[in-house]
Amino acid sequence: MADSNRTQGVWSALGTVTDPEIDESVTSLEFVTSVRIDSGNKVHIEFRLPTYWCAPNFAFLMASDMRDAVAELPWVENVTVRLLDHFSADLINRSVALRQDFRAAFPGETDDDLGEIREKFLGKAFERRQELLVRHLLANGYSATWITRISLQELMYLPLGNEGAGLRNLYLFIWKKIHREPTEKTLAFTTVDRNPLDPDTFRAYLRKLASVRRNAEFNGFICRSLLAARNRGHSSDRPQRERRADQNLP
Amino acid sequence: MFTTKTGENIFVIDGHTHLWDGSPANQKNIHGKQFIDCFYDYHHLSPDSYIWPKEKFERYTEEDFVKDVFEEGYADVAIFNPQYLGEFYHNGFSNLKRNEAFRQQHPDRIIANGFWDPRNGENGLDLLEQDAKTYNWKGVKLYTAEWKGNSKGWKLTDPWAYRYLEKSQELGIKNIHVHKGPTIRPLNMDAFDVGDVDDAATTFPDLNFIVEHVGLPRLDDFCWIAVQEPNVYAGLAVVTAFIHRRPHYFGEIIAELLSWLGPDRILYSSDYGIWSPKWIVEEFMDFELPAEITADTGQTLTLEVRRKIMGENAARLYNIDIAERCKKLGLPVPGKPEAAAAAV
Repeated sequence: MADSNRTQGVWSALGTVTDPEIDESVTSLEFVTSVRIDSGNKVHIEFRLPTYWCAPNFAFLMASDMRDAVAELPWVENVTVRLLDHFSADLINRSVALRQDFRAAFPGETDDDLGEIREKFLGKAFERRQELLVRHLLANGYSATWITRISLQELMYLPLGNEGAGLRNLYLFIWKKIHREPTEKTLAFTTVDRNPLDPDTFRAYLRKLASVRRNAEFNGFICRSLLAARNRGHSSDRPQRERRADQNLP
Repeated sequence: MFTTKTGENIFVIDGHTHLWDGSPANQKNIHGKQFIDCFYDYHHLSPDSYIWPKEKFERYTEEDFVKDVFEEGYADVAIFNPQYLGEFYHNGFSNLKRNEAFRQQHPDRIIANGFWDPRNGENGLDLLEQDAKTYNWKGVKLYTAEWKGNSKGWKLTDPWAYRYLEKSQELGIKNIHVHKGPTIRPLNMDAFDVGDVDDAATTFPDLNFIVEHVGLPRLDDFCWIAVQEPNVYAGLAVVTAFIHRRPHYFGEIIAELLSWLGPDRILYSSDYGIWSPKWIVEEFMDFELPAEITADTGQTLTLEVRRKIMGENAARLYNIDIAERCKKLGLPVPGKPEAAAAAV
């Protein structure tokens, strides 16, 4: 395989890894600063977060997700992931290399179970993406009652424009992680606990989802602004950005 | 004092300001450097013409403060909410003595709050008692993510924190400003979780809990707590900075806060020196909620609502009689009928 194809493959794999708090890929957020493939088919990835202080649990999650996503490429022999310019970079890099879990990385300092955090933010991503799609459908004349009743099948075959189809793709990707054993009749729109939605309280429900979306937007805006400021060299040493990724958000 | 286009005077209390020293000479280690650098990155949310040189940002002077906050920033009164950060800076990021010396130069304009750390145990309680008397504290700023030794943070519900809250109440320190927001996140992200405010506010109903940065990015959690606890307030530091680059988002947050907390529990703050108050006040006084947000929430920013947010709410918490204070400062009394009448 040509080198450029392999490099492209690594960037695509990294594009499936999201920052859980923002629900966007680490490549579209421009966290990944370099990808290098050496002669032994080992992949070396470096990434940098918007601040020296970003939460270590999320940094750890992203680092291990990147390692796992790239390791799935068939030709890859080994992956190293290095977090740069972060107060706990050494600990995180070491533990990710050793495939330790988060608690082992910070013995005695945390009770965080990252599995729980992952679940919690998967739920938030589901709600955020659902809200965007539902608002789009409402704006296009579909009624709340209809939305609460359609099945996944109906949603999949619904004719939508570019924007709607894009929102649907994003939603379906997460939907499949929430509804693990769907049937043909499984509802397209449920709560994150897989309960049906009530058309009578639909507005209030949407407002709740909007607050989830707003939190993610806040994180996204802050992260982008701070990373831009950091990379302009206002603060610390700037990284060498090799290239920007084509990003494929799951 | 801000004067609207229609000639109405608005009394302004900036609820969250700092006088800090983040300069290299005061930095103890790489964390001290990274802390001020991170603030400086936040500073870049300002309009371009308000970006300071790094040197000014690291350590601005008392003269800068007077000019930026009082002369150009419309504030009649400013509240210091200091951050100690003794593990990062030799003389502290904020220094109580420097704050107090500055306050004494402007006693009618500056309220200098203090801080405490429950991890100081019994000795810290004695220190709090001394400090409260020396500085006549009416409020404290609590930074639950502050590092200390091996600890990377604490909670308001820790048994020692309760003892400090009890002591604060006993000493007449009624206003508890709690940093719950972004900026610096500790190892255990829950140190900025807003849940502990809920328990503390229930246990200490006579104290006011001003949640700085409204728990962002956990606005939903914050609103939920604030609805249930009447002694919980929203501090707009950081939120206000969004007005320039994300006005729609800013509108969404304000509308949410108005819906859940009402207009009496929201406090304007600039978070100076991260941002200069001048552009924030001007843009806020000029800001209208987008029509779809008003349609969604039923909220509007009337002049009365703005008056409350900009000064009246903080004045109530800090026992400031606005009419009387205006006379002292040689300012026109804001044009509200009852305030004007009271001033006669």
